[in-house]
Amino acid sequence: MNDIAKKVLSGDQRAIARLITLAENNDSAATKVMADIHPHTGNAHIIGITGVMGSGKSTLICELTRIFRKQRKKVGIIAIDPTSPFSGGALLGDRVRMMELAMDDGVFIRSMGTRGMLGGLTSAVYDVVEILDASGKDVIMVETVGVGQAEVDVIKIADTTLVIIVPGLGDSIQTLKAGVMEIADIYVVNKADRQGVQQAVAEIESLVDISCSEKDRKTPIMQTISKDGKGIEELVKEIINHFKYLEKTKEIEAQRRLRYEAELIEIIKKSLMNFIFDESKLKNTVEKKLDQISSKEVDPYTAANEILGKILK
Amino acid sequence: MFDKKEIDIIKREKNKWQKEIYSKHIKNHTERKKKFENLSANEIKNLYTPADIFHLDYLKDIGFPGDFPFLRGIHPNMYRGKLWTFRMFSGFGSAEETNLRYKYLLKHGETGLSVAFDYPTLYGYDTDHPLSRGEFGKCGVAISSLKDMEILFKDIPINKVTTSMTINGPAAIVWGFYIANAENRSIDRRIIGGTIQNDILKEYIAQKSWIFPPEPSMRLIVDTFEFGFKEIPGWNTISISGYHIREAGSTALQELAFTIGNGVEYVKWAMKRGLNIDDFAPRLSFFFNAHNDFFEEIAKYRAARRIWANELKKLGAKKPRSLFMRFHTQTAGVSLTSQQPEINISRVTLQALAAILGGTQSLHTNSMDEALALPSEKAARIALRTQQIIAEESGVTSTVDPLGGSYYIEWLTDKMVKETYDYWDKVERFGGVLPAIEKGFYQREIANAAYKYQKEIEEKKRIIVSVNDYKMDELIEIPILKMDEKGEERQINRLKKLRKDRNQAKYERNIKKLRKAAEGNENLMPYILDCVHSYATLGETCQVLRDVFGEYVEPTIY
Amino acid sequence: MERKIRVLIAKPGLDGHDRGAKVVARALRDAGMEVVYTGLHQTAEMIIEAAIQEDVDVVGLSLLSGAHMTLFIDVARLMQEKGLGDVLIVGGGIVPEGDIPKLKKEGIKGVFGPGTHCDVIVDFIKKNVKR
Repeated sequence: MNDIAKKVLSGDQRAIARLITLAENNDSAATKVMADIHPHTGNAHIIGITGVMGSGKSTLICELTRIFRKQRKKVGIIAIDPTSPFSGGALLGDRVRMMELAMDDGVFIRSMGTRGMLGGLTSAVYDVVEILDASGKDVIMVETVGVGQAEVDVIKIADTTLVIIVPGLGDSIQTLKAGVMEIADIYVVNKADRQGVQQAVAEIESLVDISCSEKDRKTPIMQTISKDGKGIEELVKEIINHFKYLEKTKEIEAQRRLRYEAELIEIIKKSLMNFIFDESKLKNTVEKKLDQISSKEVDPYTAANEILGKILK
Repeated sequence: MFDKKEIDIIKREKNKWQKEIYSKHIKNHTERKKKFENLSANEIKNLYTPADIFHLDYLKDIGFPGDFPFLRGIHPNMYRGKLWTFRMFSGFGSAEETNLRYKYLLKHGETGLSVAFDYPTLYGYDTDHPLSRGEFGKCGVAISSLKDMEILFKDIPINKVTTSMTINGPAAIVWGFYIANAENRSIDRRIIGGTIQNDILKEYIAQKSWIFPPEPSMRLIVDTFEFGFKEIPGWNTISISGYHIREAGSTALQELAFTIGNGVEYVKWAMKRGLNIDDFAPRLSFFFNAHNDFFEEIAKYRAARRIWANELKKLGAKKPRSLFMRFHTQTAGVSLTSQQPEINISRVTLQALAAILGGTQSLHTNSMDEALALPSEKAARIALRTQQIIAEESGVTSTVDPLGGSYYIEWLTDKMVKETYDYWDKVERFGGVLPAIEKGFYQREIANAAYKYQKEIEEKKRIIVSVNDYKMDELIEIPILKMDEKGEERQINRLKKLRKDRNQAKYERNIKKLRKAAEGNENLMPYILDCVHSYATLGETCQVLRDVFGEYVEPTIY
Repeated sequence: MERKIRVLIAKPGLDGHDRGAKVVARALRDAGMEVVYTGLHQTAEMIIEAAIQEDVDVVGLSLLSGAHMTLFIDVARLMQEKGLGDVLIVGGGIVPEGDIPKLKKEGIKGVFGPGTHCDVIVDFIKKNVKR
C-alpha cells in the first residue's frame, strides 16, 4: 500500500489534506491511492446540509459538531462555495464560523469551490467524502450554499439530507429551487426565535404531506436556534434516528448504491471529457467540427455522433 | 425658492448657453473626462443654476442657523461665537506616555482630549490576557483598570477640559473608570464633560470591535443613556459614528444613510425602554468622516442635520437640543498615502476645511505619518496647526454657512437627503437595522464600494497623487514614533500588584452583584461603578458580562 | 487539468480592519485562485491548523494594528516548526519600511503596504508560489 494511503487511514491531517488536493486537481497520483482506501470506507454517516444563504448553516454545523464530539465521534466537514464562472476562482468563507472547531484534533474542515460546470457539485466531493470516511471520521457533513444544482446533487452523496429554512419575510421556502424541498430527510427551521415560525412550519407541513404520503416515514420538522444552541440535541437525535431507520429498512444500501452510481457516472463523464478535449487526442477533431458547425456544414448532433464514433469504434 | 416665471427664463437661457456657448467652446477645449463623478458615483453636471434647486422651500428645507431644520448650522452665530473644539485623537503605549502627549497637545492649543485605546482595551481584555499578545499600546493606550485611568489623566484638569473616548463594546466600564477617577479626585461627577463612542451598530457594520451580541449590547447602551441624563448630565453618552463605516470603504452617501439610520434605531430602543425622548436625545452626538470630495462632504454634513431634525421631530422630540445634530469630524485616515507622506498635510487641510464649512462642532486632523505608524509629536503638532490656520487666518469663520445658497451645494445636499431615504427603504425591506446586519446588507454594500474604489484606482479612473500618478522614488524621511519598551512590563506588574493589593472581599462581592444584575434587567451602570471602585479590572468586569451575554459572531460577507 | 492556487487569508490578533483583507481576497479570486478566509481574531495556532487542513499554497496575513513584528513572526516560526516551510507567506498592513528586512528574514517573503495594487500581489504570488 502507498505511503500516503497508510497515513490517510491512520487519520494523519496533512496526508488527508494533500490527498484531497490531488483528487481535486485530478492528479493521476490520486487514482491509485483512492483504490487503496476504498475498501476502508463505508463506516461514516454522511449528512448533507443545504439551505439559502444566511440560514445559519455554518453555525448549525458548529453546534452539531460540538454534540457529535461530546459523543466522541470524529467529524469531517466539507464546506462548498460557488466557483466564479468568470475567473475560475472562489471565495471560501464558511470556515470563519468554524475556526474554533479547527483546534480540535477530532475535527477536519475542508473548503471547496464547486469548480464543476453549471453550478453543480464538483465530482471531487465524492473523493473527499471517501477520503474522510477512510480516515476514520464517524460523521461527515457536506454543506452547500445558495440555491442551485449543488443542492439537488447533495442528496446523491448524503445518507441524511437536512434542508434549513429560516422563518420571516415569507420568502425562504419559495426561494429554494424547485426540487430542493423534496430532497429533505429532515427539515430544520433555524432561527426559530424569529417571527413567522408557525407559518414556516405550516408551509413545510403542507409540502411534507404531499411528498411523503406513500412512505412510512414522515419527514420530521425540527426547530433550532443555532446561535444559542437550542434544539440541537433533539436534532442530533433525529439525525441518528434517520440513520437507524436507513439501516433497519436496508435503505442505506440503496442510498449508497445511488451514490456510487452518481460517482461512477461522474468519473466516466470526466474521463470521457478529458479524452475528447485532450490536446494529444481528439482536440483537433473537436476544433474542426466546431468550425463546420459554425459554417453550417454540419449540425451539432451529427458532429457529436462522429466524435463519439471515433471513441467507440 | 424662485419665481416660476424667472425659473422658466433661466432654464431657457441655460439651454441657449449650453448650445451656443458651452458646446461650441468644448469643441476646441475638450473636457478631460467623458463623465465627472463624485465618490458616491453621482454624475456632476457642468453647471448648476437656480433651476436645479427650484423645488426647494427655503424656510422649510433650508431655514436659518440655530432654527429648524438646522441645515445651515446648529447655532445662530456658529464660529463667530465659539470655534469648534480642536480635539486630537491620541493614545499609544502606556498611560504614562499618553499622559505626556496630552499635556503636550494641550500646551500647543488643543482644546479637548480624545482617547485612542489599544486593541485589548477595545475588546475588554486586560494587558496580560493571551489574546492581547503583541497588541499592547500599538494603536492606542492600554487601560486595564481605574489605576491606569488615574495615571492617564494625572495633572490634567478634567473638571475643565472635556474628553472623548473611542470605546464601544466595553464603553460602560471604561466610562466607569473615568467617572470613578473624577470622584476620587473630589470632582463633582455632575460637572464632568465628554463623550463615549458607545456605538455598537457601526461595529457590527464596519469597525468590528464588538464583544456582545446585539440585544445585550443595546441594553447596555440604553443603560448608559439613562444613567447619563440622570447622573452625568454633561456627558454625550453616544457618538453615532459614520467615520468607521466610511473607513471600511463606504461611499459618502452610505456613511450618511447608515449612520443616521443607526441613530434613529438607538432612539427607538431607548423609547422602548420608556425613556422620554427629550431627556436623552440632547446627549446623542455624531461622528463623521471628512474625505476627499470637498463639496460632497460639505453637502453630507448639511444633509445630516436636516434629516436628523426631521426624524427626531417625527419621533416626538420638542427641545431644540434634541433636534439639532452635533458632530465631531475626523479627516479620512484611509485617504492618507504612505508614498510622499508630507503631501498628506495638503489633503488634510482640504478635508478639514470641508468639515468646517460643513459646520462641525469638533475636529481631529490626521497627521501626515499615519499611513506609516502612530503620529510623532511633530506630525501631530502640524496637524493641529492646520486647524489653527483655518480658524485664524482663512476668514471662513466670519459668516455662518458661507456656501449656503450655492446652487451646486444646495442641489447636492437635497439629493443626498433623498437618497438617504432610498437606502432606508432598502433596510426596511430587510426587516430593519438588526436583520439587515445579520443578513450582511450593510457589509456587502460597503465591501462592494471598497472593491470598486480600489479597482478605479488601479485602472487609473481615479487619480491619487503619489499612488497611481505623480509618483517618485524617494527615501521616506519621516521619523517614526518609538514607544517605551518597558511600558508593557510595567503595565503587567501594575495589574499583578492591583489584584494583590485590592480588598478582595469587596471586589468579589461587587462582581457577584454585577453578575446577578446582568442576569436580570436593572440598569447596570451603578453595579459597574461599584466594580470599578473596588478595582475590578476591565477584563474581569467584561468577563462577567461575556459569561451572561455571550459573544457576537459575525456573518461572513466579502 | 489546471492546478488552482489555494490561498488562506488570515487576520491574526485583535485588529478588526478587514477592508484590505477582503479587497485582496476578491482580487485573488478574480485572478482565478481559491481563497479561504479565516475571519478575525486568529491565533497563530488556528492559522496553521487551517493552512494544513486546507492544504493551501499561500498564507496571506493582514494586520493594521502595528503588532506585525510579534504576530507575523509568530505565524512564520510556527509554520516552519510544523513543516510548512514550502508554503509562501505574504503580509500586508501598516508596516514601516524599517521592519521589512526582519520580516523577510523570518520568512514573510512579500510585504505590501498601503496603496499597493492588487495586481502586484497577484503577480507576486504567481511568481513565488512554490508548490
